[in-house]
Amino acid sequence: MNKITFTIDGQACTAEAGQTILEAARANGIYIPSLCWFEGMKPAGSCRICTVRAGGRYMAACTQPVSEQMVIENMAPDLEDMRKALVEMLFVEGNHMCPTCEKSGNCELQALAYRYQMLVPRFPYDFPVRRVEPAGPKILLEHNRCIKCLRCVRGVKAKDGRRVFGALRRGGRKKIAVDLSLAAALSDRRAREAMDRCPVGSILKKEVGFIVPVGKRKYDATPIGSDLRKAEG
Amino acid sequence: MARKITIEPVTRVEGHGKVTIHLDDAHRVTQSRFHIVEFRGFERFVQGRPYWEAPVLVERLCGICPVSHHLAAAKAADVIVGLGLEGLSPTAEKMRRLMHYGQMFQSHALHFFHLCSPDLLFGADADPAIRNVIGVILRHRDLAVRAVLLRKFGQEVILATAGKKIHGTGAIPGGINKNLGPEERDALLRGPAPFNAETMIQWAAEAVEFFKDFHKKNRALVDGFAAFPSNHLSLVRKDGALDFYHGVLRAVDAEGRKVLDDVDYQTYLDHIGEEVRSWSYMKFPYLRRLGKADGWYRVGPLARLNTCDFIPTPLAQKEFEIFKDFTKGRPNNMSLHTHWARLIELLHSGEVIRDLLLDPDLQGTELVRKRKKRREGIGLVEAPRGTLFHHYQIDGHDQITMANLIVSTTNNNEPMNRAVDWVARNVLEGQTEITEGMLNRVEIAIRAYDPCLSCATHALGQMPLAVELYDAGGALLDRRSR
Repeated sequence: MNKITFTIDGQACTAEAGQTILEAARANGIYIPSLCWFEGMKPAGSCRICTVRAGGRYMAACTQPVSEQMVIENMAPDLEDMRKALVEMLFVEGNHMCPTCEKSGNCELQALAYRYQMLVPRFPYDFPVRRVEPAGPKILLEHNRCIKCLRCVRGVKAKDGRRVFGALRRGGRKKIAVDLSLAAALSDRRAREAMDRCPVGSILKKEVGFIVPVGKRKYDATPIGSDLRKAEG
Repeated sequence: MARKITIEPVTRVEGHGKVTIHLDDAHRVTQSRFHIVEFRGFERFVQGRPYWEAPVLVERLCGICPVSHHLAAAKAADVIVGLGLEGLSPTAEKMRRLMHYGQMFQSHALHFFHLCSPDLLFGADADPAIRNVIGVILRHRDLAVRAVLLRKFGQEVILATAGKKIHGTGAIPGGINKNLGPEERDALLRGPAPFNAETMIQWAAEAVEFFKDFHKKNRALVDGFAAFPSNHLSLVRKDGALDFYHGVLRAVDAEGRKVLDDVDYQTYLDHIGEEVRSWSYMKFPYLRRLGKADGWYRVGPLARLNTCDFIPTPLAQKEFEIFKDFTKGRPNNMSLHTHWARLIELLHSGEVIRDLLLDPDLQGTELVRKRKKRREGIGLVEAPRGTLFHHYQIDGHDQITMANLIVSTTNNNEPMNRAVDWVARNVLEGQTEITEGMLNRVEIAIRAYDPCLSCATHALGQMPLAVELYDAGGALLDRRSR
């Protein structure tokens, strides 16, 4: 198969034909921040955290295929500030109380906020009125923290392949809904996978909260993106 | 001319409180009150949350002794997952104990040295610019260094057990999320001097001596200031030993007669009532058996040493015997003796921490147990400032529907009011001019019970205190602030 050659922030890279920019970057050890992307799952391009610039155009790295001789900007200061703004927007749109959230330390949104050294969002808080919704015997849905990335909708499936979660309405009124009978039938392992698939603390497998001590959580020791060798470009 | 003196703000846990004292034409006190005007609302906004979140959510009430709330909520959650204390694995129970005694150690050190010692070292009337922790550092350097390290030791114990020094996550329903690694143990047990358990015990013993020496030289002040009879309530171990983590409820009256004994705290509502008064957001708990008027009680170090029969560690037991001898075995009702009791507890905590560190159960690997779930759980601990009650009910979806918290400060509400009243009648009454030192005595009285009040922190710079003099018609005559 022909190799594609391209650059990210001036660094020469190669990719397989058909790879997205994000996949190709990861294969080359370069971290492009992402949130709605999940390895092995069809990308949605909804959160836009992975936005990069090529030829003066902005594109979601998780959906845009890489092309020959592409010159990609990833860590440009203006791009990074835009990504930070997107993270801030996600914080003000929901009710994110990290101090008492059981996903703290394992939360990708929180990890990105740390990465961007977010202190106070530049936008006013919405303080939406949302609630915790029981979703069968194994799961609670914490709508306060949902960022509508749709990772659960795309990836959490019942044994027969049917989707356990779906999205209601559109735009700012979008809300995750759950098929109660399918959720009730989830095995413990699949319920745990559903919780892990959620980048924030919105899908809670019951009674496992805080079981990992501080210090052993996913992002306690190293920041998000550190799994890629050249994370900081 | 009748006057109303207002001290505002006097604050509670990160909040506001105030003291008002009314004097009539002859400068006699007609009313004194310690108001809590802050409403925190934790009992309400914990509703709807999953029950396993409670230990981590509710501990945010306080930054000084969050471990107490963490553990009281975890103990309630233990009951919800079908366990009592007896059901926990030895590793889980001892890890929690270690966490709690670490907290007792740091909180008691903080309270005595950082918050209260300026009053003892410099006197109530000393210049406020010196009468604070910085003054202690400048003029009593060795004492200050010890104070910092004593507190640090307790905080390191909490870090090793809860994962964080403040607002950790160690206790989870049915157990604990980590054991104690050998390196963590050795750092606390055999760290280079002075930072190890034995030195800390020695320093704690010397702190008790420091207070006894001060007592010897200032008998009238220590024995007389804000002394008044009361009932006393605390948890005690089944055999009557002092125990901060678990036990049965015991209450004694001012003469030492048992009002409650061997009471399972799951039935606390049968024994403790809470009265609401219109002028304060804080409730007034009372022993139902004695009624609203007479049933109020003290909690905290003084109360604990009044209710328990003995202390199960040798050095602290020796000091306990001296403490009990002073009142000929009868309950001690002297507010400033709380500091004495607190330091004996500091010593006891140090001994317990050392003994626990030597226990191989802490390296065990069985961390969590669960049995048949229940819809309701009550958890009590002896927090540094006194008995702490957590009570939760949940629905079929594991979400909390009801929470009732009776915190130490609430239990001590009436005693603190009585202490303020004592100062009003014994210090302010008959005075035409109110001095800063007189106001500080009001704070000293409150401080003996609850350092969570911001007024008890000896804040640097502007003290958060204002006194206003009103005439009988309510017109402001004079205002002093500092």
